[in-house]
Amino acid sequence: MTPPADLAVVGAGPAGLAAAVTAAGLGLTVTLLDAGERPGGQFHRHPAPGLGAARPAALHHGWRQFTDRLARLQAHRDAGRVTHLPGHHVWTVGRADGHWRLHAVAGPDETPATVHARAVLLATGAYERQLPFPGWTLPGVVGAGGAQAMLKSGLVLPGRQVVVAGSGPLLLAVAGSLAAAGARVPAVAEAAAYTAYARAVPTLLRNPAKLAEGARHGAALLHRTTRLLTRHAVTAAHGTTRVEAVTVTRLDPDWRPVPGTARRVPCDALAVGHGLVPRLDLATGLGCATRRTPDDTHALVVDAGQATSVPGIWAAGEPCGVGGADLAVTEGEIAAETAAHALNGTPRDPRRAAALARRRDRLRAFADVMATAHRPGPGWAGWLDDTTEVCRCEEVTARRIRTAVTDYGAHDTRTVKLLTRAGMGWCQGRMCGPAVARLAGGPPAADRRPLSCPVPLRHLAGLPADHDPTAPPPPTEEPEA
Amino acid sequence: MSRAPRTPLGLVRAQPEPPYTFTFDGRTLTALPGQTLAAALWAAGITSWRTTRGGGAPRGAFCGIGVCHDCLATVDGRPNQRACLVAVRPGDTVTTQVGTGHGPDGKGTPS
Ligand SMILES: Cc1cc2nc3c(=O)[nH]c(=O)nc-3n(C[C@H](O)[C@H](O)[C@H](O)COP(=O)(O)OP(=O)(O)OC[C@H]3O[C@@H](n4cnc5c(N)ncnc54)[C@H](O)[C@@H]3O)c2cc1C
Ligand code: FES
Repeated sequence: MTPPADLAVVGAGPAGLAAAVTAAGLGLTVTLLDAGERPGGQFHRHPAPGLGAARPAALHHGWRQFTDRLARLQAHRDAGRVTHLPGHHVWTVGRADGHWRLHAVAGPDETPATVHARAVLLATGAYERQLPFPGWTLPGVVGAGGAQAMLKSGLVLPGRQVVVAGSGPLLLAVAGSLAAAGARVPAVAEAAAYTAYARAVPTLLRNPAKLAEGARHGAALLHRTTRLLTRHAVTAAHGTTRVEAVTVTRLDPDWRPVPGTARRVPCDALAVGHGLVPRLDLATGLGCATRRTPDDTHALVVDAGQATSVPGIWAAGEPCGVGGADLAVTEGEIAAETAAHALNGTPRDPRRAAALARRRDRLRAFADVMATAHRPGPGWAGWLDDTTEVCRCEEVTARRIRTAVTDYGAHDTRTVKLLTRAGMGWCQGRMCGPAVARLAGGPPAADRRPLSCPVPLRHLAGLPADHDPTAPPPPTEEPEA
Repeated sequence: MSRAPRTPLGLVRAQPEPPYTFTFDGRTLTALPGQTLAAALWAAGITSWRTTRGGGAPRGAFCGIGVCHDCLATVDGRPNQRACLVAVRPGDTVTTQVGTGHGPDGKGTPS
């Protein structure tokens, strides 16, 4: 066996990439794993080289910082300090005498791979929160971030006339990118009211950079052609084999549709999302403590140095609470520095440490203000009808879930799942989880799945008999003060 | 002077390597090198390539990042390929995945 790396970083988005290059710069040996083929995560998702994009920066902010970081990554790889494993999805992390063992599947053939490390940094990002509505399973209805991801990587659009809807700062970024790429965006329907931020003007003023960024200059295009409707939602999508129109309805402050305000907007695609959910599957599997966020998701509890409640496990970026790419980078750098200190006693420059902490706290405060403003109101369930499929995978309707709740007394996602199969499909409840929790009347469940991704059974059988992510932690060496 | 219409490729001034062909339900389509299957299908204006096990309803890409599994397709007889993740290869034979995709013709019948 090759000696364990000092640090395994899971996720090569803004947080993981910043952490990997910072840690390697401080002398740690780093193994960087990412499910995707190219580093960058969601924010810096970019086209494959074969697409020959001469100006990929048109779809991004902060492209220079990203390419600088890639160059540093390459230099560390050449020097043997970083092992970069793209196309590796880590599906579980366990302990092995004195260090951590990460199990991954690699490539289309799902080849098993195991990585050993003294410490682990989880930078696994987030996925979009979806709230169902009649017609949301029609082809052409896509995630807002999903449309953005497909545009950034494949240079494609879901349609020519794309309504953007849901809630959160990402919507405007997505609408701007779609418009810059040639789509007509007749309307952006935002369920919250941006005026909610007005109460936090001092926080806003200290944050000139917005929480989410899309294509450069996209916003200017929107200005001319798009209706921005706050306190509005798409409450139905219409069509037979693909979406042909959506119903846009005004909402009251609790997100309840206001009767008599529905109007039909023709379109051939809808990009929809209601904020982001931190991706915590590996962390919760390890027993890391979580907290409720202001927008009703769960995030990891981390200390000032980005260490989770489990010794030897650090986290950075969206798993610690959704906050955008700048915050993710800052947290990645802090995590790398404190991990280097814990593992090798590498001293931290107190001035830099203080500056990073200030920056993180400022960005986090701003993110919390936004999260509070965009937290889904309880009235959204009012736009479901009985036949709306809430669980896309298992095709479970709202009626069946409501029956499980009213007739069989199910009051949490687990019981609903056992009674109806909602949340039992391929996505492991990631798409329907927030909605099922609301219908059951319970709090949202943390992102807790036995495996991070579907894994061939033969790999499960191949796990060492002693695989137990929650067993007592391996001894960590005390840093010399 | 009229300006060229805005397109995703134009936005990033893409000069892709030569396209290649694959088939989808017998139709010959082109893909650009490096595009995922879902991207190549979207580029052809196609938004559904699966029907569900229960209701036989059409589905395509939804989350775009490998999480939802709505975009499953059958590629060269192998069902359950996430179209938003797999790259198209020249000459691929792609078919709509019906239900579980484990039917007799590799295309599958609703289970
Ligand atoms: C679909 C989507 C699109 C988005 N688009 C934008 C945008 O255009 N603009 C914007 O400002 N913000 C966008 N965001 C928000 C985005 O979360 C942040 O801006 C930023 O990318 C967060 O950085 P991060 O490093 O925390 O996470 P991410 O960038 O999400 O990076 C996490 C990385 O971890 C990898 N990963 C996760 N789990 C595993 C595992 N088990 N094994 C191996 N690898 C794993 C993922 O493949 C990913 O590359 C988007 C979010 C989503 C979900
Ligand atoms: S679109 Fe969600 S997994 Fe492919």
